[in-house]
Formats: sequence, structure tokens, C-alpha cells
Amino acid sequence: MTRAILSALLSHWGRNPLQLFTLLAGLALGTALWSGVQAINSEARTSYDAAAATLGEASYAQITAQGGGAIAQSTYVALRRAGWNVSPVVEGRLGAVRIIGIDPLTSPSGIGPVRVGEGADLAAFLSGTGQIFARADTLALLPQTGAAGVIAPDVAPNTAITDIGVAQRLLGRDGQIDRLLVSPVQPITRLPLAEVAAGLVETAPQGGSDVARLTDSFHLNLTAFGLLSFAVGLFIVHGAIGLAFEQRRPMVRTLRALGAPLRRLVGLISAELAVLGLVAGAIGVAIGYLIAAALLPDVAATLRGLYGADVSGQLALRPAWWLSGLAIALGGTAVAAAGALWSLARMPLLAGAQPRAWAMARRGAGQAVLSVGLLGLAVALAVWGQGLLAGFAMLGALLVGGALALPPLLSAALRWTEARARGPVAQWFWADTRQQVPGLSLALMALLLAMAANVGVSTMVSSFRLTFTGFLDQRLAAELYASATDPAQAEAIRAVAEARGAAVLPILSMDRAVAGLPAEIYGARDHATYRDNWRFLRSVPRAWDLLAAGEGVLINEQLFRRAGLDLGADVAIAPGLSLPVLGVYGDYGNPVGQVVVNDGVFRAAFPDVPALRFGLRVAPAAVQSLRAALRDQAGVAEAAMIDQAAIKALSLAVFERTFTVTAALNVLTLAVAGFAILMSLLTLAAMRLPQLAPVWALGLTKDRLAALDLLRAVVLAALTGALALPLGLALAWALLAVVNVEAFGWRLPMYLFPLDYLRLGGFALLAAAGAALWPAWQLSRLSPVRLLGVFRHER
Amino acid sequence: MLLTLRDVTKTYPGTEAAVLRDVSFGMSAGEMLALTGESGSGKSTLLHLMGGLDTADSGVVAVDGTDLTPLDDVGRAGLRRGTVGVIFQQFNLIPSLNVAANIAFQARLAGRHDPARAKRLAQRLGLTEHLHKYPEQLSGGQQQRVAIARTLAPQPKLVLADEPTGNLDEATADAVFALLCDLVAETGAGLILVTHSERLAARIPRRLHLRAGQLT
Repeated sequence: MTRAILSALLSHWGRNPLQLFTLLAGLALGTALWSGVQAINSEARTSYDAAAATLGEASYAQITAQGGGAIAQSTYVALRRAGWNVSPVVEGRLGAVRIIGIDPLTSPSGIGPVRVGEGADLAAFLSGTGQIFARADTLALLPQTGAAGVIAPDVAPNTAITDIGVAQRLLGRDGQIDRLLVSPVQPITRLPLAEVAAGLVETAPQGGSDVARLTDSFHLNLTAFGLLSFAVGLFIVHGAIGLAFEQRRPMVRTLRALGAPLRRLVGLISAELAVLGLVAGAIGVAIGYLIAAALLPDVAATLRGLYGADVSGQLALRPAWWLSGLAIALGGTAVAAAGALWSLARMPLLAGAQPRAWAMARRGAGQAVLSVGLLGLAVALAVWGQGLLAGFAMLGALLVGGALALPPLLSAALRWTEARARGPVAQWFWADTRQQVPGLSLALMALLLAMAANVGVSTMVSSFRLTFTGFLDQRLAAELYASATDPAQAEAIRAVAEARGAAVLPILSMDRAVAGLPAEIYGARDHATYRDNWRFLRSVPRAWDLLAAGEGVLINEQLFRRAGLDLGADVAIAPGLSLPVLGVYGDYGNPVGQVVVNDGVFRAAFPDVPALRFGLRVAPAAVQSLRAALRDQAGVAEAAMIDQAAIKALSLAVFERTFTVTAALNVLTLAVAGFAILMSLLTLAAMRLPQLAPVWALGLTKDRLAALDLLRAVVLAALTGALALPLGLALAWALLAVVNVEAFGWRLPMYLFPLDYLRLGGFALLAAAGAALWPAWQLSRLSPVRLLGVFRHER
Repeated sequence: MLLTLRDVTKTYPGTEAAVLRDVSFGMSAGEMLALTGESGSGKSTLLHLMGGLDTADSGVVAVDGTDLTPLDDVGRAGLRRGTVGVIFQQFNLIPSLNVAANIAFQARLAGRHDPARAKRLAQRLGLTEHLHKYPEQLSGGQQQRVAIARTLAPQPKLVLADEPTGNLDEATADAVFALLCDLVAETGAGLILVTHSERLAARIPRRLHLRAGQLT
């Protein structure tokens, strides 16, 4: 019996290949979007990690020689034996290129291009003449080194990374180590540093990880939009499955009438869907993989990062990636099919055998009520919600509520237009368009979500870029930052820098609880660097003048929000010293509060805290010579100097790369929504004949009917776009102003980009027109016999 | 008795008047019976109850000694597979299966598929040349003949035909009707024919007439 039922169920697909294609394509594209977004997200993360690795040995504590000299190899060995989890680094310049030698076996994960955990070709890196990793332009600057050059776009500009042995050979510094990176994880039994190596000092991480923390927010937002893309796919799957069920209703009824038990039927249809879900999921993962490979600029590097393939760039999908893609496809199928299966299980045996206008079954009134309820819930959560979970619940309610609101709003708008239409054709056109809304509603909802996602993505990403650029300008204003190991070296830095005409901005800081919260207190010298680059979220008039006069403090947004300290509120920064808040500044990425006071106030309050970090303002062309002078004359290690222009350029380049892939993702999402429209139109084409035949018989040519069909798709897309804009902006606002604040404690400003939205609207209209073109062309070539057949069947 | 109905009553939700009221009759194996009545008199409802497609509110419907009233969906489905065969006015062929597969379908469901018998039925019904066609490629008369073959292939004990010629012209209807009666007689099954046609009903040995849900 099972075989007989299966043969009947499966034969449906053989006779309706387009439906099978729609179902598989919907599922596959939904999965592909999800997989692609995940891959792209991973790529962005990998790029940031790599960037953080080369720009950010600063994020690790370091051990250096007290006088700034080299550390002997034997001292390193002694430290390892004493339990210290440290990794040696040697560095120096070979011409214009900074050479960094590392030991990949002991370096903390994420340092350098060769990671032990990712199956890199360690043998090639370590053995023989070795490998040297750098950007292509940097490799071109290197003299003949004997080591094999490997292009690594994620390495900082003018920097090359190689094995420590190769670096020592190239730099002529055999047996010497400049510094030791201290892993964050250390055995508690290790001996104190002073006991093992008396001449060494340990310096704390330099806090260079702000950028990394900032990007966590970006990833959170991208993940949210990944889910949104999957929701677009889910709508398509839902439509395809709903259609398949509706069209097989007569068969299901016949099968039951002939004696097929309902439970067996439901079970077999579920199994059939599961198999189709698996097949489509596999296709989707493969497509997602191709999308990722096509979108990401450096395929070999990307694949190594994403899929754990070896460094040669050979493609190798991880089983986990396949499994998660298949799980998403199966889960999506289950979610999309649950309603249809439920309705099938409850369908009376003697229910109408003819397929209902399948989408008519989507109960319009119920949807409208549900939509209002969900949108109301979103507003309530925005006003009264607390915590990240409430933020995401609000996002979900907004999305689903917005999508469900589309059909009733479209119907209302079309009814309004219809009432004002003049002439019979126009009247018929609007009435007929309204009649098509239920049949196209799922596809239009997919388009709505796709457009809303695109508006949201472009708003969020572009707002992020503006904020990020401004933030980098603010925080990385000085051309060079140098850290001293002790006050003597600090004095040397000051002397060398001033002798070369650089403005020296000492950075005084200490950790201290403020308003009961962990915070950093900074002492800043009054200088144009701060006045020109720092932007306040809110401030009193003449804030900088008052700060310079020691009559107040500036606080970051985190402290402002968490401690509720607004302008004018007194902040206790030291015993007996409270000053009013003069301004609040954005401090994106910093997890703790921050208070900035005038350096005079700081020195008076904390006389024991020496200035060990300096921002050095110097002409960009003089950065390298100042750096060399600090190294040679003040004994400052390379790692203790940060060339912020290079960091800024690298960070922005990585950002641009992410923008490129998100833009491509936007186009892809729209294309998928266009596909959903195409499939719906093709499905409806046959059902529409009874509606079109009378109009044709009354005198409208097939060409005109086809042109009106094309126009109809464009009109519906335009109306959908008009509703997608506010929904997309609401999504962006929800992410930037609610989810971000709940997750990270700071709010990203939201900017609007009308030109981007206009361009997006144009793309959406193109997608809809493109989707309608084929069905319209088919209609224009329809044989009169088929149209006449409508009248024969009616008789 | 092949079929027993005792005090069968049926009311559809949302309607006050009963579609069937205290309907009682019986028929023996091999007997043929015409069920007539005006539109809305309850003919199709009665046929659905006898075929296990629907359930009575009260009374007893027993087929081949089995009371259908306490049967659940699985039990009634089993009855439809093996004991009762229903021929619908709208044919209800499976559009995605060709003629040969449609004829064999119910017998395969019942686990009684006999290719030789299916072939014989196709020959008797003049379908041999159409075995590889799909339902949409057949005329109404041809489709109804496929439906008859499908119903008779598993050799049911009771054949229920709901206006089987209602969609056919007179000449085709006569031919289909004659074939149906001959084939049912050959298998020894009982036949209940629901029809509007006085002409066809007159050719059946026994006749029951329904008026407003009651046998008259």
C-alpha cells in the first residue's frame, strides 16, 4: 500500500515539474541565502581577527628587557621551563618593510597568518628556507630573502610575518628575541617573573582591542540580517509548499476515498518533504558555498578561514557546515509545512476536491488582526522592553507583523485607487490587481522582507561606516602612539619627539570605580587634537574651555547610560574631588566607563601615576623617521609604537570588503524575491485564464492584456517598496538603537541615505518586471483555443 | 446480508433538518439496486455513509457483517480499500498517473493487484489503446470507464456508483452503464447505483426512492 501511495504522490511531481522546481528552488535558495550570509559573516570576522592579529600584538601583555635591549634565547627557555606561557617575537626593518618573526607553535591563537588549529602548512612555514607572509605590494618591496613569499591580504601594510628563525637570519640577529607575548591563559603555579628573569618587565595590554569589540556589534547586526535573509527564503518555501499541498488536495481526497489511511498519508507526505528538504538543502549549501566563494575577494584565503581548507586554497567544506545547512533546510521545511500538514490532517474526507485559490486560504482578516497585534507588541517592547531578548523579540514582532500587514494594506490601497479609476479598462485593471493580491501575497511578503532587509542593511552598514570613520578619526588622531616601560624611557620619548618637532600628548590613565562602576580615568592635555576630532553626543557650551580650566569632566556614553550621569551631574573622580559632567562622547566598543579630565587635574589628584603613553602629532611623512629615532635613541621596542594611520587604513580596507559582500548579498536577496514573484505568477497564470478569457472576448487584445499584467507586477512591487521603506528603517532603528544598546551599552547613531533607497527601489521594480516578463510573454502568445476552452469548460 | 442499514440518521453541522432520517434497508450479495431521488434528497450522503466516507449520527450501517459506526479512520479506510468500491460522478482519477497505473491503483492499495485481471478489464472497457495516456487526454466517457476499471480491479464485494453517467451524453451513458452492470454481475458484487435518470433506474431490478431524507 505504501508503495502505491508513494507512486501516486511522487507521480504528481513528474507531471508538474515546475512545481517541483519551485519547491526545491525555494528551499535551496532559502538555505543558500542563510549559508551565504553565514559564510560572509565568518569571512568578515576572520578578516577582523587577522587584522587584529597583525595590528594587535598590543592586545596581549608583553615582556621586554628593562632597558629596551634584546632578550637572550636562554632567558626565554628559562621562562618556559618556569611555567610561563610566552611566545617569542623578533622584529626589525628590512628596507621599508617591518619584519616580524613569530613562533606559530607557541604564539597565542590569532597571531599571524599561520594558525596551528586550522591545518596550516606548518612544515613549509617552519622548514627549509621558510615562508614569508605579506601583502603583494609589501612582498614587492622586499629584497631577495630566500624565503618563499606568500600573499596575505590581511597582514598590515608594509609588514611581513615569518618564522622567528627566518626573521633572525634576515635581520642578522641570531639567538635574539625582542619581546615575549604573554598568553592570557597562564598556569597559576608559575614562578614570579622577577625570580626567573630579573632584567625583564611585563607590560599590560595596550587596550588596542577597542576595534575588535566595536566589530562585535557589527557581527551581531549582520547575524540578525542573516536571519532576515533566511526568513525571505522561508516565505518562498512556505509559498511553494502551500501551493504543492493545494494542488494535490484532489489527489489526497481521492487517495483517502480509495482507502489510504490519513495517518499513513500524512506520514508519507512528511517523509517526502523531508527528502525534498534534504535534497534542496544540499543544493542550497552548495549554492551558498559558491556564493561565498564568488563574493569574497580572495578565494584561497577566504576558504582557508571559512572552511578549514589547507593554505593551498583547495576547497573542502566542513561537515559541520553541511550539517548546519541541512538542519536549517529541514527546519525551514518543517516550519513552512507545519500549517499545511495540520490543515491536511484536519481536512474532511469530503472536502471540496478542486484546488481552492490556494492563497485565498490565507485568511485575510485573521492576518490583519495578527499583524496589528504583532506591531503593537513591537511598539510595547520598544517602549517598555528590557534586555537583549526583548530587543530580538521586538525585531521578530516587527518583521512578521510588517509582513502580515502587507496584503490588507495593499488591498486597501488598490480598493481606494479602484474607486477613483476612470474608464472600464482602468477599473477592471485595479479590481483585477486587487484580486491577484491573495495569490501573490507570499511572494510579495518575501519581496517586502527582502527590500526591508536591504534598507535596513544599507542604513545600518552605512551608519556604522560613518560612525566608525568618525570614531577612528577621533581616537586615532595622533600619527604615532608610543608606550614607555618606565618613567626614564618616558622622558626619553618626550625628549626625542620634541627634538623632532612633534607635539607630545601624554596619556595619563588609571582604573578606578566611578559611581560604583568600573571605569578608566584619563588625563588629557588641552590640544587641538581633541577639540578638532572629538564629537559630543551632548555637551554644555564651551565644554573644551571648561575642561581646560579644570572645571569639569567628559564622560563616555557607557557611563552616561549605566550610571545615569547627565550634563551637570557631579562625578567623584578622587577623594574630595567631584566635578560636573561637561559633555558625553561616543566610545564605541569600550565595555567600561571612561572619564576624561584635564591633565593638570589628573596630576594633582593622582600624583603617583606616571605618563607612560604618548600621542605624538607629527607630519605623516615624518612618522617613519620619528619611529626609527624612538627605537634607536629611546630604546622603544617596535611593538610599543603604533602607527595609527596604518591601522586606520587596514581597518577601513577590511570594512570596505565587508560592504562589498553585503551589497552583493542585497542584490542576491532581491533576486530571490524576484524568483518568488516569477514562480507565483507562473502558477497563477493557468488559474487566471477564466478571469482573462471574458475580458479578451470583450475586445482586449492578448498583447494589451500581457502589457497590463507586466504593469500590474510593477505596481504591486512599487506599493510593496513604499511599505518596505518604513519597515526597513524601523528595523535599522531597532538594531542600532535598541538591540545594540542592550547588547553593548552604547547606541550607534542612525543616518539616512535616500539615494541608496531610491536605487534599491529601482532594483526592486526591475526584479518585479523581470519576473513578470515571461508570464506576460506567454500570455501574449496564448492560443485562442485555450481561451475559448474556458467557455467550453464552463458549459 | 451484504449491506444492512438500520434507523440511520444524519444531520450536517449548522443545519436544523436531518439529511437522512431513520433510513433502514438491506441488500444481499450480488444484488443490484437503484437509489433515486431529487437533488438534496440525501442520495449522495447515504452513499457516503455506506462507503465509509462519512459517519452516521445514529443507527447502524453494516457492510459484509462489519458495523461501520465504531470504526475509526484507519478501519474505514481498510473497508474502502478491500470491501467497497466507489465510482464517482467526477471520476476522481489521479491526474498524474497514466491509465494503466490508475486502473491498477486501488488493487495495489488493497494488495490484490492482478495484472492479468487489469488487462482483461481494460480490454472489456475498450481502454487497451489508451493505457499510456493521462486522464486529461481522455474524453469523459473514457475517464469514467477508467474509474470503473479501477473500482472493479480489486474485486470489491459492494460497488457504489454515484451518478456514474451524470457527466456523459446519452449514448455514452448507456454504453458505460451496460458495461458497468455486466462487469459487476460477472464479479458477483452488489451494486448500488445513485442516479437521477429514470431511464437507467428502470433497468435495475430493485429501486429505492429517497424524499427529504426518508425512504418512500
